[in-house]
Amino acid sequence: MSTDQAAELRERTRKFLAAHDPAATDRLEFLRARFDAGLAWIHFPEGLGGLGLPRPSQSVVDAELRAAGAPDNQPRRIGIGLGMAAPTILRHGTDEQKRRFLRPLWTGEEAWCQLFSEPGAGSDLASVATRARRDGDDWLLTGQKVWTSSAHNARWAILLARTDPDLPKHQGMTYFICDMTDPGVEVRPLRQITGEAEFNEVFLTEARIPDSYRLGGVGEGWKVAQTTLMNERVAIGGGPLPREAGMVGVVARNWRERPELRTGDLHDRLLRLWVEWEALRLAGQRLRQQLASGAPGPEGSAMKLGFARLSQELSSLEVEFLAEDGLRYDDWAPRRPDRVDFTGREAGYRYLRAKGNSIEGGTSEILRNIIAERVLGLPSEPRVDKDIPWKDLPR
Amino acid sequence: MTGPRDTASADLLYSDVEQDLRSMVRELLTDRCQPADVLARCESAQPYDMGLWKTLVDGLGVTALQVPEASGGQGATVRETAVVLEELGRHVAPVPYLGHSVLATTALLACGSDLLPGVASGERTATLAHSFAAYPGAGFPDAVRAGAGGLTGRVPAVAHAAIADLLVVPALGPNGPELHAVPADAATITPEVSLDLTRPLAEVVLDGAPAAPVAVGRTAVAALETALLTGAGLLASEQLGIAEWCLESTVGYLKQRHQFGRPVGSFQALKHRLADLWQQLVTARAAARYVADALATASPDVPVAVAVAQSHCATVAVRAAEEAVQLHGGIGMTWEHPVHLYLKRAKSAEIALGTPGRHRARLATMIDLPGPPR
Repeated sequence: MSTDQAAELRERTRKFLAAHDPAATDRLEFLRARFDAGLAWIHFPEGLGGLGLPRPSQSVVDAELRAAGAPDNQPRRIGIGLGMAAPTILRHGTDEQKRRFLRPLWTGEEAWCQLFSEPGAGSDLASVATRARRDGDDWLLTGQKVWTSSAHNARWAILLARTDPDLPKHQGMTYFICDMTDPGVEVRPLRQITGEAEFNEVFLTEARIPDSYRLGGVGEGWKVAQTTLMNERVAIGGGPLPREAGMVGVVARNWRERPELRTGDLHDRLLRLWVEWEALRLAGQRLRQQLASGAPGPEGSAMKLGFARLSQELSSLEVEFLAEDGLRYDDWAPRRPDRVDFTGREAGYRYLRAKGNSIEGGTSEILRNIIAERVLGLPSEPRVDKDIPWKDLPR
Repeated sequence: MTGPRDTASADLLYSDVEQDLRSMVRELLTDRCQPADVLARCESAQPYDMGLWKTLVDGLGVTALQVPEASGGQGATVRETAVVLEELGRHVAPVPYLGHSVLATTALLACGSDLLPGVASGERTATLAHSFAAYPGAGFPDAVRAGAGGLTGRVPAVAHAAIADLLVVPALGPNGPELHAVPADAATITPEVSLDLTRPLAEVVLDGAPAAPVAVGRTAVAALETALLTGAGLLASEQLGIAEWCLESTVGYLKQRHQFGRPVGSFQALKHRLADLWQQLVTARAAARYVADALATASPDVPVAVAVAQSHCATVAVRAAEEAVQLHGGIGMTWEHPVHLYLKRAKSAEIALGTPGRHRARLATMIDLPGPPR
């Protein structure tokens, strides 16, 4: 974007702020007005919260709004809607779907969750077994979904179901928007190794979805899901972080405060991890600079792989460092946290929660396959399940 | 301690000018520095390729890059020098660039020496007469003494000494540290059989060589320290180039090598190792670019940047070379295949200018993460 365009965008934001004083406007009213002014996500089209401008220039708008003390849409609370549902609706939705869903999604009035994974379809997502059967103008869905964060708060879900079991697995799926208040949808907390129930299981029993809530064509679910998953990896990237932010900062703070617990072995390990964490942080900075210059690379997957491994090693080191205190755990009560904080609570929690970092959003093993095949161009493993009808696959 | 620092202003990308420079160097090296050429040369009477060096110097002007125009240079920065080092690392090019353009040039720049124009033009090939294993913060060496009878002492493990015309010699004089510029023919230089076949070392013996101080006292100490710090920081870019070649050639080999009726690169056990290596390369590149930018802008964060880059990139380069040997299987163990040249370069570079452990120990103080109380 040229400096002229940036100046124009800044001016547009200031005019908006002049007309909608954040201090004197109701939060929700302000957010709705911001959406209608095209300042919500400027890379979206006009009329849908954007201005059709390049994504990096959003920072111009955000800086002005922040300086004026404007409320935001609590992006961390509605990450699935913003990061996954919205780009998928934008790419594959009908005009009616875009008009109906995007505004309340962005303002946070309607939260979203994602119903993809199943007990029998984890890394092999294309093997989903939840069945969708046509019933007049509707579809009836029956099956079980798992690892659904925010299902208990969500108004809507994006969902992948099998519409034709006679076709090979990638071809017989269809993508839907599911109403979480439908009587056929039951949400149950799923307790994790931390003691918390951060995720849910979702049971679908003849849940009714109108055909107008289908995203993309019948049988095109896999293609549509690729948009969602690609954007999930972008969303995980996050913003710029200062040195020693995150897990390494927590451990370093403990280290400085408890000299009596230091040992030579732990010191060596901590320094190695500190260096790796800093190098990873710099790689994140480099990745953002690449994005801003309009030349994104595949380095995002390196970030996730590194983040998972280093978070696990650091949190493991922390429990060991704490010695006697490492033997204790703060609380096993089955809480329902509003949002996840990897560096929250005590060392024991951090250690256990970090185990999920190499599983959620694609396991590190699957990520390595993707890197090897798509970045390095290595041949894929022979696939035995590609051309067999889904119903005939062993399970 | 330096405290949590905002590094966001550092430019970690490659500029168009830097990419053009890379293309020129790569084109030359692709033409003149194939693995077979390097391998054939490394056991010959002249392991350094002085013909290639002359083209790099006269044709591409690589020795003038970070020298100010007033001293006969191009007035670029060490960011460009770092890009040249990446390419030289990729080709394990047997040329004296690190000793000449990084160690000796940085020391002479810090002294404001009038020898700079001759060094920037490459008319004279210079190196730092200091152990290649020396590291920043280790203190001024006492291997060479300066007195009424000239310079006397023995310095083992000097990089590029065998082909240098000019030695920058740290020496202890009656009043403390001094840096001298000594013509190589005033010293006895004996090549040492070196682990790294493409950057062989030599022992330098001075026996009453004429003293020619370019700096004394604090200036001499600071010049040597800056040279070692800059050397350790920029060596990270060479290590990045080494690791890149190792990854790329291993990926290439695993695509074409078949066993059990399929390319061995299709086996998940091998793919995962290469994916992990690629991940390490992504972070090594960020660390190497960051230190080059910090050095170029004289950032106060240089000491931390050097310690992070050198401890990380040295480790990644060794791992990449070791993985390359293993994943090439039997052929990787043969003298005929060039991968051993990279292993030897990577392992030597890990020790050069401070081992990863030395750099981490320095880092511990800088970032306030001290060891157990004594």
